[in-house]
Amino acid sequence: MSKHFFGDTTVLLGRSLRHITRSVDTIITTAITPIAMMLLFVYVLGGAIKSGSDSYVTYLLPGILLITIASGIAYTAFRLFLDMKGGIFERFQSMPIARSSVLWAHVLTSLVANLISLVVVVLVALLMGFRSGAGVLAWLAVAGILILFTLALTWLAVITGLTAKTVDGASAFSYPLIFLPFISSAFVPTDTMPGPVRAFADNQPVTSIVNAIRALFTQQPVGTDIWIALGWCVAILIVAYAFAMNAYRRKIS
Amino acid sequence: MTTSQVQGPAIQVQGLEKSYKELQVLRGVDFEVARGSIFALLGSNGAGKTTAVKILSTLLKADAGTARVDGFDVATQASNVRESISLTGQFAAVDEILTGRENLVLVARLRHLKNPGKIADDLLERFSLTEAGARKAATYSGGMRRRLDIAMSLIGNPPIIFLDEPTTGLDPQARIEVWQTVKELAEHGTTVLLTTQYLDEAEQLADRIAILHEGRIIVNGTLAELKQLLPPAKVEYVEKQPTLEDVFLTLVGADSKNGKDSKDGKRGDQAATTAASASTSDK
Repeated sequence: MSKHFFGDTTVLLGRSLRHITRSVDTIITTAITPIAMMLLFVYVLGGAIKSGSDSYVTYLLPGILLITIASGIAYTAFRLFLDMKGGIFERFQSMPIARSSVLWAHVLTSLVANLISLVVVVLVALLMGFRSGAGVLAWLAVAGILILFTLALTWLAVITGLTAKTVDGASAFSYPLIFLPFISSAFVPTDTMPGPVRAFADNQPVTSIVNAIRALFTQQPVGTDIWIALGWCVAILIVAYAFAMNAYRRKIS
Repeated sequence: MTTSQVQGPAIQVQGLEKSYKELQVLRGVDFEVARGSIFALLGSNGAGKTTAVKILSTLLKADAGTARVDGFDVATQASNVRESISLTGQFAAVDEILTGRENLVLVARLRHLKNPGKIADDLLERFSLTEAGARKAATYSGGMRRRLDIAMSLIGNPPIIFLDEPTTGLDPQARIEVWQTVKELAEHGTTVLLTTQYLDEAEQLADRIAILHEGRIIVNGTLAELKQLLPPAKVEYVEKQPTLEDVFLTLVGADSKNGKDSKDGKRGDQAATTAASASTSDK
């Protein structure tokens, strides 16, 4: 690692954060879809859904937060793709800077942008009646899981950003990720689902992550869910990071 | 800042080869570029010009052969090479969302220079972009964007600059602006390696011209040397007609002919001189 890694990453992070502040619409569109879904499910469908909890918005919020992240990382792939296409990527790579700082700046920007979107979504949920008696530690645990999940998905986004052939391809990969929470415990308990669907729902990452966050919000014991959730996040993070770095090395050598 | 190794040529290339899968793009390229000179790599699309530049600027690895830039081997001393060069790629590598000034500050910071703001302001002035400095680069014309691009490449005064097709896609006026910039660079002692598919560009700018064809350098020499390769010109009397370019530039540039300070003044002067030189240099 070069001696300039942190300095260069900071400079490049400043650059892409400026991109975000100049196109606030990316944060709004990132937050608006999950907020619309939350409104739809709470005020239109929620009355008919038996979630087994007193407040459906509280039940729903963890899944909505994951959808927020899944739609937010599409912009990371998009921004990275534009850098590659526009030639500025090559300029950076031909300069005496720490080469991996170019990627890290995008990853950290993704983290910042997603955290802002998440805060916006949580504030709207509060207006809609979301309440949690969770203490500081539980909130920190929720934040930790969400940050880990964001990093894992961001490295996935880096792979597509580096390898996509078109702009559409760079951002389209996030649709299945946005869809994944629907086949999980995010909106309804999984017990009403037919066998194979339920088997999938119970064993895919979103369910354990949603259950862990929900338990933290409602001060229930988190049980094994939190470890399965962390296991999934770390596993996705490691695999995605390895593939992303591999794709990156092929690009820059 | 840069530990330029003063002796020896700025660029030395020997037996450079590169293939993409089955396609052999470079099949043994050799050339040298003397310090402080402008060297043009001339070739049609797909001749391998960009591949050569990418290898020299450490963006690609060669399959075979050696290349030394500023005395450093591009394969084994890539980070030293990066200290010595600047690349202006085929597409203007500016950040469109940042302003012109912010683009310059960004590069100055990444080159770890002191006083990035002052460096940016000086370059904006030198490239007649001061007024546009606070505007997003996305609003710039093609020529302004190219000037900003080249200005970004000059930060830190790298001794060697690569310009990959610097005028492709530019209108005639912007082209002349870029030519002027390149000439000024060489006057300041910077070594320039430029690739181009335009014959007149090589003719206007380069001290030496190498023609890259199907992955090999088929000739390499000064313009005068290249001209001697053909039998002496037959003398004919032809009535000199202005080219459309002369007409265009004279008409468009005629209304403003002032010093460097006014934005369009440069163009006006340029247009007039080019029109004049074009009409004397015909056969």
